[in-house]
Amino acid sequence: MQQLIAPFQTSLESLDRVRANALFAQALETLTPIQAVEQLVVPALEQIGAAWHRGQLALSQVYMSGRFCETLVESVLPPSDPDRKHQPRSAIVVLSDYHDLGKRIVYSVMRASGFELFDYGRLDVDQLVERTLADKIRVLMISVLILPSALKVKQVCDRLKESGVDVKVVVGGAPFLFDAQLWKEVGADAMGSSASEAVAIVNRLMGDMQ
Amino acid sequence: MNDRTVNSMTSMQRTLTTLGHQEPDRVPRFLLTTLHGAKELDLSIQDYFSRSENVIEGQMRLHHKYRSDCLYPFFYASIETEAWGGDTIYLPDGPPLCGAPVIRKAEDIDSLVSPCVLESASLNRVLQTIAALKARVGDTVPIIGVAISPFSLPVMQMGFHAYIELLYEQPLRFQRLMELNETFTVSWANAQLAAGATAICYFDPVSSPTNIPRDMYLRTGQQVAKRTIAQIKGPTATHMASGRGLPILLDIAETGTAAVGVSALEDLAELKRAAQQRVSLLGNLNGIEMRRWTPEQAEYEVKRAIAKAGRGGGFILADNHGEIPWQVPQEVLLAISAAVDRWGRYPLTWIEDWIDDTPALHL
Repeated sequence: MQQLIAPFQTSLESLDRVRANALFAQALETLTPIQAVEQLVVPALEQIGAAWHRGQLALSQVYMSGRFCETLVESVLPPSDPDRKHQPRSAIVVLSDYHDLGKRIVYSVMRASGFELFDYGRLDVDQLVERTLADKIRVLMISVLILPSALKVKQVCDRLKESGVDVKVVVGGAPFLFDAQLWKEVGADAMGSSASEAVAIVNRLMGDMQ
Repeated sequence: MNDRTVNSMTSMQRTLTTLGHQEPDRVPRFLLTTLHGAKELDLSIQDYFSRSENVIEGQMRLHHKYRSDCLYPFFYASIETEAWGGDTIYLPDGPPLCGAPVIRKAEDIDSLVSPCVLESASLNRVLQTIAALKARVGDTVPIIGVAISPFSLPVMQMGFHAYIELLYEQPLRFQRLMELNETFTVSWANAQLAAGATAICYFDPVSSPTNIPRDMYLRTGQQVAKRTIAQIKGPTATHMASGRGLPILLDIAETGTAAVGVSALEDLAELKRAAQQRVSLLGNLNGIEMRRWTPEQAEYEVKRAIAKAGRGGGFILADNHGEIPWQVPQEVLLAISAAVDRWGRYPLTWIEDWIDDTPALHL
């Protein structure tokens, strides 16, 4: 399987859907759908996310790759499939902000990696806390683009802590990339600098919760 | 201390000298404050931007307080989409944001019409502001107008994800949208120049390699910029608004722009080498971190930036985004300004010794 990852990644970066489909089909000849996701799709998306973080790939490539893989995985592993990952209840949201590209990318990459999660769209602090508690969310992923929204994460974390429920808050977005201390300042449990890092973080949190 | 007593050049002379890749009396500082004007006038951000008189007064107060080498009558980015029929969402503590997209589906582009700049009440407020500032400062201080590039405007017109999909999947509609936007941007930029703006800051973050690959930029954003900048009747500075620019710095220079606003994610010394005196650099203080800087940190960051990019001119000290966040306190802005007075005077004879004592600089 290892030898398929690099060409699959290249086909995603260049948006060569025919080639990507063929490589995925080749993987399915010897693997179950969830194995193909874990051994081919996830590593390729990880490499793409890391390359973006290093400045070697563009956000448009990350977005289009994630969107394509989401569709690809959906075709062999529908949301109700029991092989989808057993995971803590998770949700993703844009907090008090109107820029949703980052959230869309993370959502696609999470789903392309076999996860299921609620997409809360855009919510303010009160709405988010209320919904997180009502849905019994264990991992909350918050995406922001502007600094005022990033600073509001602190209110969410404080309110969730006051409720006494153990919700892990993972943040991402430009303000956190430009200020490496900011995620700790607002009380988050982790910061993902790319969509694939978000997947790794949720995997780690899953391990911690078991 | 009165700025005029310690400087031998006006802000205009200083800026033009550095843009000519010569050393002026000191490094120009462009403290690009917009929202801070509302604080000066004790108004909400929405009230502040509702009248040109507020912004005129706010800009003049900020100019006197922080001694920036430019005036910056930029209101907010979505003021341009207001002209296209869009609306703006005001925040109490941040830049006004663009409301719902005016292009809700790609097919809407087929019947879209480029608006007339002079028929937009919002854009007229900006033009009135520029004209009044010009009347106050004449040719002594550069007045920097702003135009979002035709290539980056669609992020607000239709949303970023929908625009990426258009770029990859619908070349004909993309082309039509660029034609409409180029007409608008040229008209808007030239109206600001006619009102008294000295130069136009051409915000083009989508062109950054952070957002699209270089080969796509060369086919799209760069071509749009070449056509647009050629029709703008004054100098431009292209701004990446925090996005990376190093891999395409000389590609940007080919568009005919005079300066490039560069990211805090990139090294100023590397950027300076890459610029090869073909473009000046504008940047790259980290506006997000700036919120929590001490005066000592502010001084260090100013020194570091000047040490890396100041020699030989071709450098204007500024933040890396093109707008200093509302949360940055006045003490930090005053410290930045004072540090430029202290360390920005040419010739920059202190740099060699400082580099020797500061190996972490990696110059």
